[in-house]
Amino acid sequence: MDPIILVQDVSMHFRHSNQRINTLKEYFIKRIKLQVQYTEFTALSNISFSIDKGELFGIIGNNGAGKSTLLKIIAGILNPSSGQVVRKGTVAPLIELGAGFNGDLTGEENIYLNGLLLGYSKKMIRDKMDEIIEFSELKEFIHVPLKDYSSGMKARLGFAIATSIQPDILIVDEVLAVGDIRFREKCERHIQNMIKNGTTVLFVSHSLVQIEKLCSRVLWLDKGKVKEIGEAKDICEKFKRAKYTES
Amino acid sequence: MKIYIKNFMKYKDLLCELIKKDIKLKYQHSYLGFLWSMVNPLLVMIVLSVVFSGLFKRSIENFPVYVLTGRVVYSFFSEATIFAMDSIRNNAQLIKKVYVPKYFFPMSRVISSFIANFSAIIPIMIIMIATDMKFHWTNILIILPLFLLLLISIGIGLILSAVNVFFRDIKHLYNVILMLLMYLTPIFYPVEIIPDKLLAIVEWNPLFPTLRMFRDILMLGQYPYAMDLVIASIQTAVFFLIGVYIFYKTQHRFILHL
Repeated sequence: MDPIILVQDVSMHFRHSNQRINTLKEYFIKRIKLQVQYTEFTALSNISFSIDKGELFGIIGNNGAGKSTLLKIIAGILNPSSGQVVRKGTVAPLIELGAGFNGDLTGEENIYLNGLLLGYSKKMIRDKMDEIIEFSELKEFIHVPLKDYSSGMKARLGFAIATSIQPDILIVDEVLAVGDIRFREKCERHIQNMIKNGTTVLFVSHSLVQIEKLCSRVLWLDKGKVKEIGEAKDICEKFKRAKYTES
Repeated sequence: MKIYIKNFMKYKDLLCELIKKDIKLKYQHSYLGFLWSMVNPLLVMIVLSVVFSGLFKRSIENFPVYVLTGRVVYSFFSEATIFAMDSIRNNAQLIKKVYVPKYFFPMSRVISSFIANFSAIIPIMIIMIATDMKFHWTNILIILPLFLLLLISIGIGLILSAVNVFFRDIKHLYNVILMLLMYLTPIFYPVEIIPDKLLAIVEWNPLFPTLRMFRDILMLGQYPYAMDLVIASIQTAVFFLIGVYIFYKTQHRFILHL
């Protein structure tokens, strides 16, 4: 029981103004006219749970339950309104493959950029360069500017970069839906290898089949609250049943 | 404080890479490439010399170098701050997906602009040789005004990039301010022609004292005028600290507006 992520009483409120104010002019005019009203939207309420090292932890829930928001908070992209997240390691988010890919630069240059954005050092990237190129199967195209790549090629490159170096925590948000069957299976095998080597994986998906197959424990998020946490099979069963009784 | 330094060290390679990328992409499709940074100021110098040197021949000893130094300083400041202003918005997709120290974006823009623009020191020195100007050991002190310029641009860049996230029309406002600044900075005219009443206001233009220091050190081989140093240091400290403060306080809300 060695927790690597501790989510402690995390809540997220969004404060939207009911008008779209983009400019200073609009702001002052509307403020004067007292037309600016704010509505509060609570995306997450008092979420607390922990993930152990080496677990493959799944998060399921309907659209709008707050899964992506929770992931962004765990990844450090979004700051929670209250509560905190304690992370004991580096986080590699796969929230969108190839974040920061610049079309004008070549594949190799993007590997450096993307790797650095994920927090790896230049030396680490240099050492892993050949491995990345091989995994992505893009050797002939590595010096071609990225704008000439297909979306599948970009996905392969992004996945190869993020997983080449052992991140302590890997966050996967619905991203395994990209690519052909061969690539998807390759990714699944690679993720399972990473877990054997000690990486913790946080997995969000709508595909209950994948969640049940891969995850050890699952969190069911419903309208921003923790509905239940438990064994993958257990929670998935309950979730499926709830969907049928609703309609 | 320690966390921030640790974080910076962790991502320092990224900062270098961002700066390299900015410079690489700037010249990627141009024929002259990096040389353009040196040729452009020279061309501007020629035009301004032809047009204005006759007018100011009495008050300015070496018009080409005078104009070149003014032009380079102004061009760095305007380019750096404008690029910094857009930097957060331009990298919105990135900021929404990955954690990256956000201040890297305006900072890398200012630094890459600094490198690109002050490579024009080389043509400046060439023109100085061509016009028989003397060099002095004290010329090395130009590091001082350059350093102050760098810091003040980073500070203003941080302020602008943060404000631009929430209020997009700051762009238009700032362009007008830059235009005003251009006329309030003695790029192509001597300081003497500024009427006394206006002089007090002009001296608070952040480019004014640094430019005068730059010229005093480079062209006259003198130590900078003490008041210039004091005013410039105060302005730099103020803008830099305000920039850091505003950016630090608002950066967590960027993602909500991008």
